[in-house]
Amino acid sequence: MAIHEKSLIRPENLSTHDNLVIDGVDVSGDWSTFIHSRVVSDYNEALEEEISALPGGEFIHRCWQCGSCTNSCTVNAENPDFNPRYWIYLIRMGMESELLRDKDIIWQCVSCNKCTSACPRDVVPEAVMKATGHWLELKGHTAPSNSTIFDDVFTDQVIKHGKIEDGEVMIDFMKKSKQPLFQDWFVQMFKQMIKGFPVLSLMKMGWSTVFHPKTKGWAKARDAINEHIEEEHAIQRKALGLDTAE
Amino acid sequence: MTTLFDKEDRKKKYKKVAYYPGCALEGTAQSYDKSTRAVGKALGLELVDVKNWNCCGAMEVKNIDPEIQTYLSSRVMSNAVNENKQDVVMAPCNGCYHNLKKAEYDISNKEKSKQVVEKISAKAGHKAYQEGEIETIHALDWIKFGFGEEELKEKIKGGLKGLKVANYYGCMYTRPRHIFPEKDQGGDSESTSKPHYMDDLLAIAGAENVEFPLKTACCGGAHTLSDSDMSTKLVLNILEAAEAAGAEVIATECPTCHSGLEMHQIRALKRLSKNTNVKVIYFTQLLGMAMGLSPRKVGLHANVSDSMKFVKQKGIA
Repeated sequence: MAIHEKSLIRPENLSTHDNLVIDGVDVSGDWSTFIHSRVVSDYNEALEEEISALPGGEFIHRCWQCGSCTNSCTVNAENPDFNPRYWIYLIRMGMESELLRDKDIIWQCVSCNKCTSACPRDVVPEAVMKATGHWLELKGHTAPSNSTIFDDVFTDQVIKHGKIEDGEVMIDFMKKSKQPLFQDWFVQMFKQMIKGFPVLSLMKMGWSTVFHPKTKGWAKARDAINEHIEEEHAIQRKALGLDTAE
Repeated sequence: MTTLFDKEDRKKKYKKVAYYPGCALEGTAQSYDKSTRAVGKALGLELVDVKNWNCCGAMEVKNIDPEIQTYLSSRVMSNAVNENKQDVVMAPCNGCYHNLKKAEYDISNKEKSKQVVEKISAKAGHKAYQEGEIETIHALDWIKFGFGEEELKEKIKGGLKGLKVANYYGCMYTRPRHIFPEKDQGGDSESTSKPHYMDDLLAIAGAENVEFPLKTACCGGAHTLSDSDMSTKLVLNILEAAEAAGAEVIATECPTCHSGLEMHQIRALKRLSKNTNVKVIYFTQLLGMAMGLSPRKVGLHANVSDSMKFVKQKGIA
């Protein structure tokens, strides 16, 4: 019998024999396809606890697997492999090696909060996705994603000056994520922008790039914020069994 | 926390409000700032800029530390209360509006958020924001209730002449719903599943609002640069759905959505050879022009999406 929904089974777990005769009966071809059973033996019992220790992961234990998050997910509609419900399941079961198969797409959550609005258990799946992304990076399973690089560039500016300047964030991010700034679409957008843009506004924007907009008397807030973040990050690293020095 | 609507009360309260433009409205979204101020002025509503404001944290700081984001937003509210002596703060940017609302929710409901805000405010040398001290509103609330819909009808000169508009609200204006306790209360309150405030205002301005299913879809704004291919796909969905619904213009109320739509409209053409002609215009620009303000007065020439010729052809300007 043909296997229904073959797409749900990983290709390496399917085997089909081109020439196979058993007891004189030819069983070659598609109809005799076998599915290898999966054996998971490397449970990481600490996985749920570790992700719960990161900001946003606190409420993962509430999940009852209804699937409202995946059903409402913006990214899932574009890429069916992006599956918050499944990842929450894997984390709670401690199936780390299964989770790592998707390590390069988890960061793609766009924070639209549809899942958080839909979730009947207040798991805040959006924040769980962020916590999982951070866990992957802190544990060294992935390099910092573009999303993390952008968050860092943006947050650095806010902490330093109290405000951001969008041109500077963009230039700094493109440099740090190793993307060329002057791509075809960017050049086109820039052309359209300066065509109609009032000279005064352009000067204002140019001025802001050189002389960054600042919140007055920000130094004390800056130091207090840095101190808090250092403390929190040290606690998180300890919970993950990592060196407390970053 | 006001959850029930008293129109007269709101009208008095919103007449003069603290104004929090935020970083985007001083940078790439100057036309939103310009048109918001111009419309306010024409309607006789007063804006007092929040003194020495800072960034609300946008969609990024929370990923480094959620309590720091709450602190940043709380400082803005604290300044509006203690420096400006206002009890209402208006933010036209969905991101700022959302973060101020979220900070209010977190300070009222999460012990840790409250503690961190108290701690850092003390070290930074200003009064810590206390729950319920200020009401955060969007530019939509400000115009709809501060000026009033009946009164707005009399201010329309020329109007939008049946312009077909798809009203696009984005994510941050309605989600997650628990941070907006005043929404979904029936009567005149806003709906989180089918928001209508922008539709209401533009209908008064003479637009023909099309039935647009992607009102609260996501434009991928958080990853507009870090995952551009995904953002382009998401924006293209919105642009194509608007065109399929018969819209000539997408009206926006968020600088991130607006610049995302403009940027990825170009990127979709360059990378996916998908051409869309629907215009992207801030709702304040449309409203201003309907009231007889010139396109330049509302900063239409400063949009990336070139609509100057379009509005002339339509006889709006």
